[in-house]
Amino acid sequence: MSGIDIELARLMATLMLVVSFMLLYQDRLAGLINAYALQSGLLALAVAAQAHAQEAPHLYVTALLALVVKGLAIPLALHRIVLRLGVHREIEKVIGVGTTMLFGLAVTMLAVLVVLPVTETAAALTREDLGFALAIVLLGLLTMISRRNAVSQVIGFMSLENGLILAATGARGMPLVVEVSVAFSILIAFIVVGIFLFRIRERFDSVDVHALDRFRGELP
Amino acid sequence: MSALAIELVVAAVQGTVGLLAAASRPGRGWAFFVYGATAVASAIGFLTVLVFLSSGSPPAAVVLPLGLPWIGAHLRLDPLAAWFLLVLHLGSAAASLFALGYDAEPPRPRAVLPAYAGFLAAMNVVPLAADAFSFLFAWEAMSLFSFLLVLVHHEEGENRRAAYVYLLMAGFGSVCLLLAFGLLAGRDGSYAFADMVQHRLAPWAAAAVFLLAVLGAGSKAGLFPLHVWLPLAHPAAPSHVSALMSGVMTKLAVYSFVRIVFDLVGPSPWWWSVPLLVVAAATAVMGVLYALMQHDLKRLLAYHTVENIGIIFLGLGLALAFRASGLALGAAIALTAALLHVLNHMLFKSLLFLSAGAVLQATGERDMEHLGGLVHRMPATALAFLLGSMAISALPPLNGFVSEWLTFQAILVSPALPQPLLHYLVPVAGALLALAAALAAACFVKAFGVTFLGRARSSAVADAREVDRFQLAAMFGLVALCVFVGIVPAGAIGLLRGVTQTLAEGAVLGEGWLTGWLSLAPAGALRSSYNGLVVLSFVLFSAGASAWSVHRFASARLVRGPIWDCGYPDPSPATQYTAASFAQPIRRVFGSVVFRAREQVDMPPPGDPTPARLVVRLVDPAWNWLFEPLAARVAEVTERLNRMQFLTIRRYLVLVFLALVALLVVIALWQV
Repeated sequence: MSGIDIELARLMATLMLVVSFMLLYQDRLAGLINAYALQSGLLALAVAAQAHAQEAPHLYVTALLALVVKGLAIPLALHRIVLRLGVHREIEKVIGVGTTMLFGLAVTMLAVLVVLPVTETAAALTREDLGFALAIVLLGLLTMISRRNAVSQVIGFMSLENGLILAATGARGMPLVVEVSVAFSILIAFIVVGIFLFRIRERFDSVDVHALDRFRGELP
Repeated sequence: MSALAIELVVAAVQGTVGLLAAASRPGRGWAFFVYGATAVASAIGFLTVLVFLSSGSPPAAVVLPLGLPWIGAHLRLDPLAAWFLLVLHLGSAAASLFALGYDAEPPRPRAVLPAYAGFLAAMNVVPLAADAFSFLFAWEAMSLFSFLLVLVHHEEGENRRAAYVYLLMAGFGSVCLLLAFGLLAGRDGSYAFADMVQHRLAPWAAAAVFLLAVLGAGSKAGLFPLHVWLPLAHPAAPSHVSALMSGVMTKLAVYSFVRIVFDLVGPSPWWWSVPLLVVAAATAVMGVLYALMQHDLKRLLAYHTVENIGIIFLGLGLALAFRASGLALGAAIALTAALLHVLNHMLFKSLLFLSAGAVLQATGERDMEHLGGLVHRMPATALAFLLGSMAISALPPLNGFVSEWLTFQAILVSPALPQPLLHYLVPVAGALLALAAALAAACFVKAFGVTFLGRARSSAVADAREVDRFQLAAMFGLVALCVFVGIVPAGAIGLLRGVTQTLAEGAVLGEGWLTGWLSLAPAGALRSSYNGLVVLSFVLFSAGASAWSVHRFASARLVRGPIWDCGYPDPSPATQYTAASFAQPIRRVFGSVVFRAREQVDMPPPGDPTPARLVVRLVDPAWNWLFEPLAARVAEVTERLNRMQFLTIRRYLVLVFLALVALLVVIALWQV
């Protein structure tokens, strides 16, 4: 394997982490979806670089899947959903942008602190990939909890899954079946959540999950 | 076929019988089939381990491709496992034989038969398992099947509560054992026992394993104050299952303790024996005191199980102390005493539970205050119960005496221990053991006297019929074994040679302390020895001589006349000495402190026709000072946590996120 592959894969993973931070401060739905599409594209590149570095041809399939499904199909579908829902294009935040970014930084540091000592014996590429992947997972979760909008929760969830795929492809010898099944479950989740979005909108004229809580009679 | 293979086939046969009974719609023939098959399988298993132990065969191990993939089920037959299998097979053969008559037409065949066979199969696998997964799997299966058997008569609320408490305590015990195995395996160790033995633990980890084993095995065996489920659950099951639970299942808990502490952990510091001796002595005395307060025959027996578990753990604690100080002979005596008491307690406790089952079947009564005079209606059962009572009261020349005497021999060697603390503690534990033995004798005078002697206290008792031949065969088989082990204890102790050689610093038992096959002289022939045949002939001779002389000199002068009954013209059976009145002196001496017993007499004024009442109030220390406050705290906490059931989705996600971050922080700090 050549050095440039590893550097490329690392660069892509780093860029994915940067895009995760972009997801945190987006305040418009369109921007959020575009950032997610960008992250998925970067994931596809990272996986392709991994495939070249590890000389594992089946990873090209994963990269292609990531590009077509997550980089193109899902963002396009989400854009259509947002258009058809005709909801507010702005996202109501629970926590301010600055605070969220600070949390994000802390979580990223934590991820690096945890992963680096654990994987001292692992190959250098795997180590840093795992650290990035864990940070992306935690940031995805943070995206989910810092918004009240259902669409942004879906995006946070799928960004979290991008982190999982990154971790999985970083490890050597991950069978394709596992990746395919993970991707498939994400697709199902996307479909289910998409349908629910329409149902929620029909019922409440909004996709603010706050409406759900009010409906359950738990919030004033 | 090797002994291990036969044992596995026995377990498989019992499991298959259970599956068949579960899959079909069992009727009367099924009860005969299930109990017959399990009895035959147990008998074959017994003979196999008997040959294995007496021939001194080397341990055999096998890995079967069952259970977790790539790990498989490690199974191993060594002398320790074989000894407990011997106890198990004897107990299950007797219980199955008894059930052929007792449970020939089970009230709920689909509930009883599959669970019974499954229970036996699971208990069979527990001593054979040689990795943590198989062990815990078999252990849990054993707990769950016995839980189902406790629930057989679930229409009574008391039984449901007993089963619930049992399930909670079984869960607690399993968690403790699971954590103990986790520590034994280490961070990246394997869960096979063979690897755990190699793996030496840090002192704190070994101590934690020891404490977890005391809690885990102790809660299953019935150590005070973790015994609370035992007197509830054992009597609730059908009597042959009570015999198995009390006689055998508690012994498998002892097995798990011996396996973990003596075998897997390896060398141990002396102070481990201190908490064990304290708890064991408390268990022995508390168990018998609880038993004295009981009027329910089966519950009384269950409390005696608690007492005997105390005696067994006392022996184990002494063995730990001796082993830590390198006193191999003392360790061998104490360990032999404990393991022999395992066999003996199984023999007489099964016998007593089966006799109690016979009484229950013949009269429908468990309350001693409604029994009485059964010696006339059920002479054979009365004889079996009497011999069982003598054995459990440690009267020579029966088997209970041998193992308790050996425990005392171990206590008498204890001045050789170098630790001053043990010099004070061990004699106190010995005194408490002696107290427990004496109180046990008093308790069984009460149990036998009130149940079988005197006159019948109810009409159901007056019309009782002797039980059938299967039940009598089971009871008298156990009686014969009690007498045999009492008179020829060297036979049973010889089988333990392999166990003590491996676990007690390689002490050799053959020379010096089995002088001949009849006589025992553990601490050397000069100190003390026991010869069952001599004692038996002395007992027979002196009893015969006094019977003859009483008959010769007194019978002729016997005058039968009306008894003085305080002026009442018609003596009613209710005026007899009752169980409560028999226990009253002991209740006043001990109960007023231990149970805070208070008596209250409600005497109606003259002219008022309502009866006078004597009310005795007892406070159970284990419930009052441990479990009820604990349950109250748990209820309080759950009440507070209840609010978390109604959070919004986002808040749940926040909780997940925070939990994840907290765990990662812990990992990060752990590595620093």
